Amino acid sequence: MVMLLGKKIGITQIYDEAGRLLPATVIHAGPCAVIQVKTVKTDGYNAVQLGYDDVKPSRRKKPQIEHAKKANSVPKRFVKEMRLPNDTEPQYKLGDSITVSVFAESKIVDVIGTSKGKGFQGVMKRHHFGGMPGSHGTERKHRSPGSIASHGTDRGHGGNIKKGKKMGGHMGHVRITVKNHSLISVDQEKNLLVIKGSVPGPDGGYVIIQSAKK
Amino acid sequence: MKTEILNAVESKCLRKNMPHFEIGDIVDVHCKIKEGDKERIQIFTGTVIARRGKGISETFTVRRVVDEEGVERVFPIHSPNIVDVKPVRSGKTRRAKLYFLRERTGKSIKLAHRHSEHTVAS
Repeated sequence: MVMLLGKKIGITQIYDEAGRLLPATVIHAGPCAVIQVKTVKTDGYNAVQLGYDDVKPSRRKKPQIEHAKKANSVPKRFVKEMRLPNDTEPQYKLGDSITVSVFAESKIVDVIGTSKGKGFQGVMKRHHFGGMPGSHGTERKHRSPGSIASHGTDRGHGGNIKKGKKMGGHMGHVRITVKNHSLISVDQEKNLLVIKGSVPGPDGGYVIIQSAKK
Repeated sequence: MKTEILNAVESKCLRKNMPHFEIGDIVDVHCKIKEGDKERIQIFTGTVIARRGKGISETFTVRRVVDEEGVERVFPIHSPNIVDVKPVRSGKTRRAKLYFLRERTGKSIKLAHRHSEHTVAS
């Protein structure tokens, strides 16, 4: 598995060879610095810590600056760990730089991002409830969830609301993975990935790009 | 920065030899049509009544009247399926969107002829 950290630039359109217009998300990905290498010997598992987007060292505390300095790097704004198989030695070294070229051969990728926050939303928007009728005597509860429990639900407890009952509440701003999006092109000069379809999060939001799991 | 990168990505798909035509022109739009596995070129003739959008999403609208029934087609300018747009005759017009033609019937759908370089040449 390969993984890269990046930033969503925005979405546009592109024509393919057949003349079809495709939605295309442009992602600025990498180069990611390897800030730390974890091995079975030292940490119990193999992994590397990747960093993306430089921060001025003066804006970080000393532990972060020194941690990055070990890899001859400056502190990074977006840091994530990439797990590696435990049975082989990690092929990355401290201070390595991983670029979009790792996706040169890939056709499909998974993208992980944090979705746009929607604030406090009702059940119709948040859980696709049907709402109440618009007329026939319905008053002041057209978008309400209706009954949430009865005296007899959750047998034995009597009259409790079931755990996990879908209700209104905060929506969005959660980690979302979109799977098997095809990779349209890889620009190694500008460190750009063009992915078919949409990617969670606002423009400028951080995303993780992985080779597709299946 | 954001728009610059997006424009650069789009620009690979943009048409290089942009056909020149104006609002009010009568144009021949040569577009590729796929029938099964055969491909042929169909010509749609009509008046350009609007042009909107920019970059890769730019489109133009062509209107013609067939058997007293108005037909409008919206073509993406940069689509590879649009092989060519040939202006045949220029029309005299004072506005950028000729939606008023939709309400007209009969003889009045024709715009007054205007002499213009780009239609004379072809």
